[in-house]
Formats: sequence, structure tokens, C-alpha cells
Amino acid sequence: MLEVDVAVPRGKFRLHAAFSSDAPIVALFGRSGSGKTTLVNAIAGVVRPERGRIVIGERVLFDSARGIDLAPEKRRVGYVFQDALLFPHLSVRANLAYGERLTPPAQRFVDGERVLALLGIRELLDRNPVSLSGGEKQRVAIGRALMASPRILLLDEPLASLDGARKAEILAYIELLRDELRLPMVYVSHALEEVTRLADRVVVIAEGRVIAEGPAAEALSRAHMGALTGRFDEGAVIEARVATHDARFELTTLAFVGGELVVPNLDALPGEPVRVRVRARDVSLALARPSGITIQNVLEGNVVSIGHEFGAIVDVHLRIGETGLTARITRKAASNLAMVPGSRVFGMVKAVSIDRRSVGFA
Amino acid sequence: MSGDETGILLLSVKVAFAGLAASLPPGIAVAFVLARKRFPGKTLFDAFVHLPLVLPPVVVGYVLLVLFGTQGPIGRLLEPLGIVFAFRWTGAALAAAIMGFPLLVRAIRLAMEAVDPRIELAARTLGASRTRVFFTVTLPLSISGIATGGLLSFARALGEFGATITFVSNIPGETRTLPLAIYSFTQVPGGDAQAMRLALFSVLLSLAALAFSEWLVRRSPASAHHA
Repeated sequence: MLEVDVAVPRGKFRLHAAFSSDAPIVALFGRSGSGKTTLVNAIAGVVRPERGRIVIGERVLFDSARGIDLAPEKRRVGYVFQDALLFPHLSVRANLAYGERLTPPAQRFVDGERVLALLGIRELLDRNPVSLSGGEKQRVAIGRALMASPRILLLDEPLASLDGARKAEILAYIELLRDELRLPMVYVSHALEEVTRLADRVVVIAEGRVIAEGPAAEALSRAHMGALTGRFDEGAVIEARVATHDARFELTTLAFVGGELVVPNLDALPGEPVRVRVRARDVSLALARPSGITIQNVLEGNVVSIGHEFGAIVDVHLRIGETGLTARITRKAASNLAMVPGSRVFGMVKAVSIDRRSVGFA
Repeated sequence: MSGDETGILLLSVKVAFAGLAASLPPGIAVAFVLARKRFPGKTLFDAFVHLPLVLPPVVVGYVLLVLFGTQGPIGRLLEPLGIVFAFRWTGAALAAAIMGFPLLVRAIRLAMEAVDPRIELAARTLGASRTRVFFTVTLPLSISGIATGGLLSFARALGEFGATITFVSNIPGETRTLPLAIYSFTQVPGGDAQAMRLALFSVLLSLAALAFSEWLVRRSPASAHHA
């Protein structure tokens, strides 16, 4: 269990954030400059809060009321920085050994061989950090943090300086670590895709405040996320399970409370829980069940609310059974169809609009 | 090379090395403080460290004489402990160390400022205390600056004249280093050839020191990082 409640003065504003999590991965999500990094710096002990409390499990790292402020080296917090920050004067082997050597043997619980295998870095041991690619550097940085047997792993935008292919590679490694090591992680990111895919619990931060906190689907589906994610990416997150695979057409059907969703083939076993992000602009609406169309997903539901009605665009929030969905349509269309809260509508989602990047395995 | 010349050369190298060895630990400490710490009076402290660079060497030598002479406030305290600087080669080394100090500190400070403080933070989150971070991260990553500063200060020590002659005089076999010997030969009739030979040795010695420091910078793994 991670509990954080801190106030940190920080240039033009004061970060005041409180959250707690016992999820395998909690994401701190928000725009750059929102205070996410300050928050993980406070957890790591490299930034000192003005007041507050930071607790991991039974261990109090910081408590201004009791005068507790553990030095960073006493916190046993693994920290992976955006740009790896390997020691350039040491080999990969020596980088990995740096923290391990400083951990008392009784407190070591991470198996070095396992870390090498999980991260695929055994071949890199004798290399120099300067000769590594961005993705390799980041894997070594994660390995270096793990070898010190931390109680928690902080990842601050670990993909930000990588290209697309490398991003996917590191994401897969992080998923593997989550499933294999059972080490709680705090994942800082401003990328909705990464957060959707990895996090079970999300803390949304804006201007130094927590504006939403909860299970991923709930926190990420909140209205007015547009301010954070950019209008383009706004949407709903649906918690579902893999139901069936259609081998002939290479499609996967996902079941959620209230309906089913057909998506291009997912490499997952039936019953596996997944999170799917459906962008609002990929959802269109009809008053009657349409026929003779190519759209694979027609979901029956009710209008819950209609967003601000000005400009050309409105967001219509639906409920499909127990699950929320948002459709972004023109104000004209909403007016023509005379939609009001309570209206019965059919939400339509093209299967191809949901790609691999929109799906996360819970 | 005559026996006298060898003696002069060895004395010069001894004085310069002793000066470097004595000034390296405080030089690294002062450079670290200037590179990483903020405190009131830092500008003043910085100026004080640079003083030997801008003062006439004779003034530095005179101040040393006043402070460290057998009757000086510091010299009087050290004498019962068996530490004597006045008119000894150790005094020449002290003068060399002080004259080279600003050059040493400057180069090391620049190298330390180039070390990303976040790499030091990364080391701390891995369990290293401040002291350990200094010795395992900051210092090795500043090695090129330490080599450069060491060379500059060593070369400055080899060439030191004014402060040395004022502080410890020009005693053959004790304080007569290369520059002092060259000067002495130019003051006697027929000493020109001797002075020329010593000047040549001086050039060779400086080139050797330069080559050594280059080698030190090149073999440090951190050089690839800075390249």
C-alpha cells in the first residue's frame, strides 16, 4: 500500500496532492508541468515536501508531523528516469551491480539472473552505456533499479525519449515485470495510451492537484478530460474480457457488462481481462438499429448527458448497460435527432478504430 | 647531463610534484564546494581562491614569508612540530602549490559542473550516501578536469619564480629550481650555454607532463561521454 499526502512548493505553484494505491501499477497522469515528476521526486526523497506524509506498506518515508525524513539512500525506492541516467564511466555490469552491492544481503529479494532474463540484458553486460541504444539504456536502467531490491519502482516517463517501436518494446517488458515480480510500480506519463495499457489505478493531476483518482476505467472516462488529453484523444475506457476468437476473419469478441465489442484479432486467451479505450470521435449514433452497414459494433444504450452545447461539436455520454461510452458528434446532428438525456440510442464503433495501442491487458 | 643539472631537474620535479600532491585534495574539495554548494559569501570565497592568479607572484611570496617565516604567526606554530618552510624545498613546494591552486580549482570545477546532478541523485536512490556518490560518481566523472587542472598546476609549479625566490630564496640544492637556476646562470659571465641547456630541459619536461595528462584524459572511460 502506497500512501502519499504532500505539499511541495514548486516555483509558480504549490503541488498539493494526496493519493493512495495498492494496485500493481498506479499511473500518475497529467500534462507536462502538472507536478507529476515533483510528486515522484518527493516519494524518492530527492525533493523535500513542506509538509505531509509518505508511507509505503508499514514504512514511513516522510512524516513532517513526526519529523521523519528518510534520506533517498535509506528509502529503498527504485527510480527509473526519463533518460535512463546510467553511469557513463561504468560498464553495464557495474551499473547493474551498483545498487545491489549497497543492499544488505538480508534485504535482497530480487534474483539478478531473473532480472537479466526478464529484461533481456544479459548480452549487454560487458558493453559501455554510451554504446547502447535508447531502448537498451532504459532496460538497463530498469534492471539497475530492480537489482537494489526496492520496495517500489518509480518510472518517470520511461518511454518519453524513445521512438515508437522501442516504446512498444519497453511497455511489453514493464508488463512482464508487473506479472512476474509483484513489485508495486508508480508510472508517470502524459501519454494516454501507455496509461490505459499499463495502469490498474490512475491518479489524474493538473496544476499540482489531484483532479481524479480511481480504477483506470473510471478515472480516465471522467468528463472534461479533454483539457488534459487534447480533444483528439478524448474517450471512454471499457473494462472487458476476451470472449471468443473468430479464426476465419481474425477478429476477437470482447464481452463487457452491457454488450460485446468486436475488435481485430488480439493475442489473448478467452477470459483474460482487458481494458479498451474507445475514442469519442470514433463513436457515431443512430436512433434506430441500423442495418446494411459495415460497422461491426452496434451498442444499444441510453443518453446520460450531453456536453456543453456551443461550437460545432458536442460530446454525448451514453450508458451501455453498466458501461460508459462517449460519442463526439456535431451539434447539428444532436439537434436533428432531438437527443435528450434518457433517449434510447445505438452507439456504433468501427472494429478497425480499435487498434492494439488502444487495448491494455489488466 | 651533468650532476648539477640532474640535481636541479630532480629538485624541480620533486617540488612540483609535492606542490601538486599537497594541493590536489584541498583543490578537489574547493572545486566541489564552488560547483555544487550555495552559501553566503561564495563570490568573495571564489575571488580569494583566484587571488594568486592576479597578484604579482612577489607579493604572494612576501605574504608567505610573513606568515610561514620562522618568526611568522604560522611558521612559529609549526616549527615545534618539525615542519619548516622557510628556506627549505618544502617552502618552494608550498609556493608552487599556492600559485597553481586557482588553475587546479578552475579546471576541476568546470568538470564537476558538467556532471549531471541527476546522475548523482540516481546513485543516491540506489542506496549510496552523499560521500559514496562523491567518490564513485562525481570524482570519476570529473577525471578529465582533474588531469587538466593537475597539468596546469604542475606546469605552473615548474615555472614558478617570483614567489619562490621571495619566500625561500635561491639556495643551490635546496630551493634552486629550474627557473631560478636559469636566472642564476644568466647573471654570471659565460653562463649562457648552461642557461640554454636548462631551458631545453624545461621545454622537454613540460612536454612530458602535457603528454602524460593527455594520456590520462584519453584512458578515462568518461572521455567518451564528454566527446
